[in-house]
Amino acid sequence: MHPKTRSRLELAGIYTIFALMAVIIIYPLIWAIGMSLNQGTSLYSSTIIPENWSLTHYQWLFTDERSNYLLWYRNSMIVSGMSVLLSVTLTTFTAYAFSRYNFVGRKSGLYTFLILQMFPVLMAMVAIYILLNLIGLLDTLTGLVLVYVGGQIPFNAWLVKGYLDTIPRGLDEAAKIDGAGHFTVFIKIILPLAKPILAVVALFNFMQPLFDFILPSIILRSPQNYTLALGLYNFINDQFSNNFTRFAAGSMLIAIPVAVVYVFLQRFLITGLTAGGTKE
Amino acid sequence: MSVQGHLTIKTNVSKHNPTIAMVLSIIFAGFGQLYNKRYLKGIAFALFEILFLVTFGEFIGFGIWGITTLGEIAGLDHSVFLLVYGLLAIILIAFAAVFYFFNVKDAVKQAKAIKEGWIAPKLGESLRIFYDKTFPYLLTTPGFILLIFAVVFPLMFAISLAFTNYDLYNSPPRNLVDWVGFENFGRLFTVGLWRNTFVSVFSWTIIWTVVATTFQITLGLFLAVLVNDARVKFKKTIRTILILPWAVPAFVTILIFAAMFNDQFGAINSDIMMPLFNIEVPWLTDPVYTRVVLIFIQTWLGYPFIFALFSGVLQSISSDWYEAADMDGASRWQKFQHITLPHLLFATAPLLIIQYTTNFNNFNIIYLFNEGGPAVQGQNAGGTDILISWVYKLTFDTNNYSMAAAISLIIGLIVSIFAIFQFRKTAAFKEEGNL
Repeated sequence: MHPKTRSRLELAGIYTIFALMAVIIIYPLIWAIGMSLNQGTSLYSSTIIPENWSLTHYQWLFTDERSNYLLWYRNSMIVSGMSVLLSVTLTTFTAYAFSRYNFVGRKSGLYTFLILQMFPVLMAMVAIYILLNLIGLLDTLTGLVLVYVGGQIPFNAWLVKGYLDTIPRGLDEAAKIDGAGHFTVFIKIILPLAKPILAVVALFNFMQPLFDFILPSIILRSPQNYTLALGLYNFINDQFSNNFTRFAAGSMLIAIPVAVVYVFLQRFLITGLTAGGTKE
Repeated sequence: MSVQGHLTIKTNVSKHNPTIAMVLSIIFAGFGQLYNKRYLKGIAFALFEILFLVTFGEFIGFGIWGITTLGEIAGLDHSVFLLVYGLLAIILIAFAAVFYFFNVKDAVKQAKAIKEGWIAPKLGESLRIFYDKTFPYLLTTPGFILLIFAVVFPLMFAISLAFTNYDLYNSPPRNLVDWVGFENFGRLFTVGLWRNTFVSVFSWTIIWTVVATTFQITLGLFLAVLVNDARVKFKKTIRTILILPWAVPAFVTILIFAAMFNDQFGAINSDIMMPLFNIEVPWLTDPVYTRVVLIFIQTWLGYPFIFALFSGVLQSISSDWYEAADMDGASRWQKFQHITLPHLLFATAPLLIIQYTTNFNNFNIIYLFNEGGPAVQGQNAGGTDILISWVYKLTFDTNNYSMAAAISLIIGLIVSIFAIFQFRKTAAFKEEGNL
């Protein structure tokens, strides 16, 4: 076969694969958007292209007095926001100490983190429940945030430490010779250079609580304390009001902005994830 | 140091005895430091011990009694709380032990230094040295405390439960819980129902982990290489579309898929299977179909991350490699095998291993898609339950806490093997001293 024809055929094959993938990727998403615009509540009577377009489900979420949607939204933002703030602070402190100082327990600490990050929080759920109950933090957003922040430390401390290791030590040593104290070096020199990895940690800790439903379902009891994921899950899980179309509407409102942000940030994320592992 | 100073030191040599410092500091924290004439430090240490004993002494005694007996009078002693107090007491003792060890070590070290003629710096100077030395501890303490609260303590508790008989019929405060040794593990391998369930859940967990993860890595790799082909146009648009499944939250997509694959009303059966092939596939009621669909969904959800990762690395491989290979007349497959693949794997190995451990414990997809179902005869877990979702069901559906904990412990052991493996891979990137 002529090389040029062969190349054309190959290229056609490649584009066919992309087209196929595009259909498999986009079909479920379009289907869900279609569902959310149906008038009825059951799957059976709903179609991907609704016969009667309607925004009733969206309207219900915001205006009906039985709807807790805005409350859940607020709770989720509180949990994610607090979790970002605490996680970034604690993780950076920890990672900075492990990256720059030589202290007793440093090496065993790193090994411990490595092993602890492998264990899923889920394994310890009974204990978390009992412990929170004991100190009166069950059914509170504070309890939820503390568990998230504590659980993320091992993984993210490694990630940030890996990144900090790539920042030349000469910089902080020069500053120290100029008389800068420990905190000054940390805040004026290390923090500005570590911004990319801190952004990655912030993003992780914002997203993870936002769409986790298992931990909230163990810790949170009363509907006014629910986070978005837990509330949305109950739209379809509740046997008395199985309401997929309402779930679809509620989900789209949060999934679409998140997806847009992710598409923009994904390159950034990948760079952050590989930087600590590959350099050096 | 001046000669005169040197001489005064010589005369001081024999007077200070490190052994006395050691004995004193063992008798009570800080006494050794007082003997070394480090008054501020000595008083601080002694005060710390007094406060510790006053605050926690009684609690530790109670906790140790609690964890050894797990309570003596049913209805009055709450075994689970006693276990919690006991574990907290152990954590406190561990703290105290570490503190004491440093107290003794510090006293001896300083006594030795004094014996050799070391002269203590002025107060201001020693405070500065103290700040320098403790700074890393100041940094790590808040994270460390939270880690103990949210991870270490709960894991200790889970491990302890595996050796008790805590379940629905044996639950405090009505009844006492007892230590039973390895009985739970024995039951898992000898009692018919448990053994059958364990074997089938365990083998599905392994198949699930290996197949689903390998699929998502392979598909991600395949697509990354295709998009990277120099002849392909609109690369940016294609990449964006291929990334989409990662961008949409998995929680939402899994539930969407669950609805689409619904046996009666789902879009897959009513819009695709019925019109085209005139069959209704029992996606959610036949375990084999459910497993196939689960692997499909996980591939759908998981490949974009690998794709993005590999795309990034592919763009960073220098074209010199390929030019040199072209000169030698290498085939496309040879170039892929000897240049592309090694580069990709070297840069991403730890992250790829994490993919396997994540799927091993991928509770979300199993539970959200079909709650581990459909039910299967002759076992107490569903047909698609993996170990972690089985643990969840044992805990929250049947309240069989001790068996759930025993299985968690097995998960933990398997996961640690992964951890060691990952560590070796990670260590390969960094020189020994750099860790």
